[in-house]
Amino acid sequence: MDLEFNKEQQLLKSSVQDFLKKESPMTVVREMLSDEMGCSKKVWKKMAELGWLGIVAPDEYEGLEGNLIDLAIIMEEMGAACFTSPFFSTVISGIAVNEAGSEDQKKSILPKMVDGKLIMTLATDESEAWFGSPHISTTAAEDGDNYVINGTKLFVLNAHIADKIICLARTSDGEKPEDGLTFFIVDGKADGVTCHMLDTLANDKQNEVIFENVKVPKSSVLGEVGNAWDALEKVKQFASVAKSAESLGGLVSVLDMTAKYAKDRKQFGRPLGGFQVIAHYLADMMVDVDGSRVITYKAAWLLSKGLPAEKEVSMAKSFVSEASQRVTINGHQIHGAMGFCDEHDMHLYYRNAKTTEMQFGDSDYHLEKVAVEIGL
Amino acid sequence: MDYSFTPEEDAFRKEISDFLDKELPSEWFEKFRYTYWEEDDESWEITKSWNKKLGEKGYLGVGLPKEYGGLGGSHFHHVVFEEELYSRGRTPTWIEKNITVDWISPTLLEVGTEEQKEKFVKPAAKGDLVFCLGYSEPDSGSDLASMTTSAVEDGDEFIINGQKTWTTMAHRADYIWLAARTDPDAPPHKGITIFLIDMKTPGITVRPIINMLHSHSYNEVFFDNCRVPKSAIINQKNMGWYVMMVALNHERGGVNFPSHMKQLLGELVQYCKTIKRDGKYLSEDSVIRKKLAKLAVEIEVTTLLNYRTTCLQHKGKKITHEGSLAKILCNDMWTKLAQISTEILGPFVLLDRFSRRAPIHGDMARYFLNAASMGVGGGATEIQRNVVAQMGLGFKLK
Ligand SMILES: Cc1cc2nc3c(=O)[nH]c(=O)nc-3n(C[C@H](O)[C@H](O)[C@H](O)COP(=O)(O)OP(=O)(O)OC[C@H]3O[C@@H](n4cnc5c(N)ncnc54)[C@H](O)[C@@H]3O)c2cc1C
Repeated sequence: MDLEFNKEQQLLKSSVQDFLKKESPMTVVREMLSDEMGCSKKVWKKMAELGWLGIVAPDEYEGLEGNLIDLAIIMEEMGAACFTSPFFSTVISGIAVNEAGSEDQKKSILPKMVDGKLIMTLATDESEAWFGSPHISTTAAEDGDNYVINGTKLFVLNAHIADKIICLARTSDGEKPEDGLTFFIVDGKADGVTCHMLDTLANDKQNEVIFENVKVPKSSVLGEVGNAWDALEKVKQFASVAKSAESLGGLVSVLDMTAKYAKDRKQFGRPLGGFQVIAHYLADMMVDVDGSRVITYKAAWLLSKGLPAEKEVSMAKSFVSEASQRVTINGHQIHGAMGFCDEHDMHLYYRNAKTTEMQFGDSDYHLEKVAVEIGL
Repeated sequence: MDYSFTPEEDAFRKEISDFLDKELPSEWFEKFRYTYWEEDDESWEITKSWNKKLGEKGYLGVGLPKEYGGLGGSHFHHVVFEEELYSRGRTPTWIEKNITVDWISPTLLEVGTEEQKEKFVKPAAKGDLVFCLGYSEPDSGSDLASMTTSAVEDGDEFIINGQKTWTTMAHRADYIWLAARTDPDAPPHKGITIFLIDMKTPGITVRPIINMLHSHSYNEVFFDNCRVPKSAIINQKNMGWYVMMVALNHERGGVNFPSHMKQLLGELVQYCKTIKRDGKYLSEDSVIRKKLAKLAVEIEVTTLLNYRTTCLQHKGKKITHEGSLAKILCNDMWTKLAQISTEILGPFVLLDRFSRRAPIHGDMARYFLNAASMGVGGGATEIQRNVVAQMGLGFKLK
């Protein structure tokens, strides 16, 4: 057993760190909050050149053929740097294409994605169905050689700039809500697709996407008609681990900045960390950070080996979600009034932590899955 | 023992409730929907005129004597008024009222001169004056006694130099309730004096600090050879710590937060009864039901702890740690309420005010942000725990 990164993983980690420190310091992160992409085109291009967009794509589609641990490493550092971009939504869509797509689809999509020429996103959640629920009401009706999609999707990352939207729709009613679901690869600019940007806590480019009589050819079906559920569950596992890693990165930064503050800031003639209650808060935060790390990377490792990971994925997302609440609120508490200022970075992490917590299932959602996994 | 309000207090509740139903400016809720630590020039105009309206009726200073523009009510009348007001959520009346009428005015009545009472309390109770609190400094937050802003006697005047920070409403206030060091050689607590100073006095500069809700609610206040008359002293020179303790005791008795939490809980309950997830109303989800029920229990306990403080005040008994004890639970409850609301709303909580699809007007996203300050302002929770441990349990802390 070895719970540490190997040389290549260490190298990847430090190269992502260096890149983001140089290309996206906090001043740039703040400037980019109002940017429609969340990062500059220049940075996006550089990321593509480094091959990150193809981090988990197979070699035959020009990917780096890395695994989930590599993706988690990148996501962790992005979280640590509060970096937003269409990276996650694109890569996770790429995973869906790779998992469920035909040879033609993979060939036409993945190399372009690796090249940074294709922004993609998943459209699954709806107003009464979130966290990847199967209770989907968006429909796709067969019409000759086409399908016609109608419905409204919510919380769709980067849909406003996406070239491809992978939309989950109901093609038939089955016994269970999981039956009869199908993925479609829809052109972001197709007739009948309307995006409305939502105004979110972390300015993270989430959209409401309305599909109104959107006609797509049968060739745009991703995977099997009526059988999207298994692929979706798989993709959700990858996404949950990636999001857990992103949260973890944020927590690492919060712990760093708070521990530093508790050393520098003095009251009553001693550093804040000299008060036992504050020292204990920080110790608990460290427990949360290290706990988040070992469970997140265990899930990533299982997925990287192709082993069953349902239980650990949900344990990771649940633990990290709760750790996020504790670590960020204590971070604020220790910073006192200083942390409540706009110009202080603490609140960016507070906002991001809540955002990642709410993506691909919060603690309650994943605890239910853990309950099933332990035999309840 | 009696846990009920008197029929007279109930009648007063009805009077306030009717008044608020009829008079609360509806445009407030439609246009601003502000939470804590938010306001702007436009909303401030509404706040001012609404406070004047409350002042005309004597409601602003429910507990202040009639000769000073109040209603001459008891502590319980004050509780009733605050509960009714905050059961409507964040109305135009906010912390400017608490600072001016609930904290500083009663302190002036206790420790001020006749002249000061006349000059300040009556206009304050009428909504014509606003004060701000000048306590915290960059290097003196929890450790307030270490403050360095100085006031040096010079003939009939004092010359003030230094900096205050986090001064809520300094940009709106007419006067600042300033704590400054008048005897640098005395032990820290013994060399402080409170002044009530006109914000237009030359030598005062207010610089905005933008808070994490992107609003301008607090400020830095600089004093550069600012000359004030001796008559600005409250009580006596070097008695500032005592005056601050009197004011702090008024600050720590509030029922407004529990009442507001009850209102938010009500909003969440209503929301869960109307929103479906996976084909079922949220209100049918046993996990959600327990979360909301637990909040209800803890909000009730918080309310009762505040009633207990009020009872002691009402009977003229000395308050030592009770206000701090209630504040510990109250602070923690805000954070809990904010977190639990996010767990219930799920991804919808990320939607900010006025966003498409924002649930409960996007209020919860804002209260979630507010929660980051709730354990800090008015004396951090850790400091309140120290007070309870020391005053309530007799521990000596180093
Ligand atoms: C929204 C807002 C509005 C405010 N408005 C005003 C205002 O109008 N006027 C005004 O004067 N001030 C105002 N304040 C300031 C407020 O009073 C201070 O923030 C508060 O007293 C804490 O001081 P600090 O922020 O410097 O934190 P610090 O004192 O630096 O404390 C940081 C952390 O260390 C902890 N800590 C400090 N000492 C101890 C100890 N001995 N034992 C254990 N833990 C300790 C604290 O509990 C806190 O968690 C406001 C603050 C906020 C957030």
